[in-house]
Amino acid sequence: MDAYNTWTIAEARDKLKAREITSEEITLSCISAIDDADALGAFVHKTPDKAVEQARSADLLLKQGDAPSLCGIPLGIKDLFACEGVPTQAASKILNGFKPEYESTVTQNLKNAGAVTLGKVNMDEFAMGSSNETSVYGNAVNPWKFSDKALTPGGSSGGSASAVAADLCLAAIGTDTGGSIRQPAAFTGIVGIKPTYGRCSRWGIVAFASSLDQAGPMCKSVRDTAIMLEAMCGFDHKDSTSSESPVPNFEAMLTGNIKNKKIGIPREYRLDGMSPQIESLWKDGADMLRSAGAEVVDISLPHTKYALPAYYVIAPAEASSNLARYDGVRFGRRAKLNAGESITEMYERSRSEGFGNEVQRRVMIGTYVLSAGFYDAYYNRARKVRSLIKKDFEDVFAAGIDAILTPTTPSAAFELGKLETADPVEMYLNDVFTVTVNLAGLPGISVPAGLNSEGLPLGLQLIGRPWEEGDLMNIAHILESATGFVEKPVKWW
Amino acid sequence: MSIDRATAARVAKLARIKVDDSSLDILAAEFNQILGFIEQLNEVDVEGVEPMTSVSPQKLKRRMDQVSDGDQQERVLSNAPDAREGFFAVPKVVE
Repeated sequence: MDAYNTWTIAEARDKLKAREITSEEITLSCISAIDDADALGAFVHKTPDKAVEQARSADLLLKQGDAPSLCGIPLGIKDLFACEGVPTQAASKILNGFKPEYESTVTQNLKNAGAVTLGKVNMDEFAMGSSNETSVYGNAVNPWKFSDKALTPGGSSGGSASAVAADLCLAAIGTDTGGSIRQPAAFTGIVGIKPTYGRCSRWGIVAFASSLDQAGPMCKSVRDTAIMLEAMCGFDHKDSTSSESPVPNFEAMLTGNIKNKKIGIPREYRLDGMSPQIESLWKDGADMLRSAGAEVVDISLPHTKYALPAYYVIAPAEASSNLARYDGVRFGRRAKLNAGESITEMYERSRSEGFGNEVQRRVMIGTYVLSAGFYDAYYNRARKVRSLIKKDFEDVFAAGIDAILTPTTPSAAFELGKLETADPVEMYLNDVFTVTVNLAGLPGISVPAGLNSEGLPLGLQLIGRPWEEGDLMNIAHILESATGFVEKPVKWW
Repeated sequence: MSIDRATAARVAKLARIKVDDSSLDILAAEFNQILGFIEQLNEVDVEGVEPMTSVSPQKLKRRMDQVSDGDQQERVLSNAPDAREGFFAVPKVVE
């Protein structure tokens, strides 16, 4: 079988429209790639029958000549998105067996655009983690390898990243609360964008931290993210924070012209002991944008250092509130009760048996920072710091900066199990460059920048002005062409 | 601020998560690591700064207070661990 699964969305779309190929052929090629890749732990609930059925409907539409933008394109869906009749359990034991009676707005939008859904992909439990090691399904594994070590694909959208990098699907959707699209994209050599807060409806996405969560596409090219993001986003009356901002034709905004754009390089992102390879890729990226006609200037975002600690108050606080719904009553797993056990024991045991360690830890930290006597000292202080972090960005944008260039992560993908015995804070440091973007509600995109000396991909992040994803992707597109990253992992699975 | 065993137990109780006595010390130690990290926020001068309530400036949308959906009892109950006679069933809560 030809490797149609390796195609980009743009490539497949053009060939589908030209009737050179059918969606069914592309879909079958993905299904066979998925069945051959169980070692990656990427797909955790496969829906091949549904996929083939959707592909056939897409082929009919294509034949009639009125095909929508993603008609016939097979995608992977993060297990956080409710899909009607398909197991949806946020990689948690507590949602074992849960089959939603409804469809998330984002997946519905994708289906309305003609997309084919191949099944659910792996993730960290409730999207809490940066290595996909907290999943009830077991680890997702990075298709990239260094000297036979099994590496993390990053997290929390680790299954999405692994699936796209290994060509199990043409693209996938992820969600990003503190870096969960961009960090795994960087670790696997793909492109991932977190749009402006409010772009994508959160309705039907299992909630982690509602003021930070956003869905976004994870793709093989910037053009693909533009095509897919446009299909995903838009106003939804079911999410009161979703925006009425008009959704432009993002792909048409990839003009390749970034003359007179002003790119900021924030000095606070230069960490002590940062790998020289990341430092030099960062510098190369700035040079490439300069050669393309942009002006590159040093900027300061003075509160950067406080973003992670503020995040680790706000996100657990919101999580403790959101996850209160898992009580073993309306849906999800209930602990087996012994005779005479009360409803409180039912809650407590259902939650301790159903939630993994990291989720329990965050729910309890959140409970603590919201509890009487500590609310002001922790939660309110963190929200004030969040205001200051947002103001840092507003100040540089007001000074004429169009986008900000940073590394996506402080390191390349690390070995699975490496941080098992480390203290929880060490894992949190993975998000040091990405978390500011969620706190400020801005769009951020990770683009593959090159390989390190171990042959592992590294990413660069561009941060844009709110609602200007089109402009941001245009700059990212230039960076993508300039770095010329075409490497793929060598198949071992 | 240091968290001891008793505080860890109280937080677990508030969060309705059962934690074995034998795990309380480890839990308290992890809390202290995380809170130690969070303490950095005390270095920031937040005098006169408003706590953020919404990351985008838009106003919360309003709608008419009207029923727009309903009559889906079976679907609402379809994922319940214990549903009987059209209700969610739980252990006895009143004597």
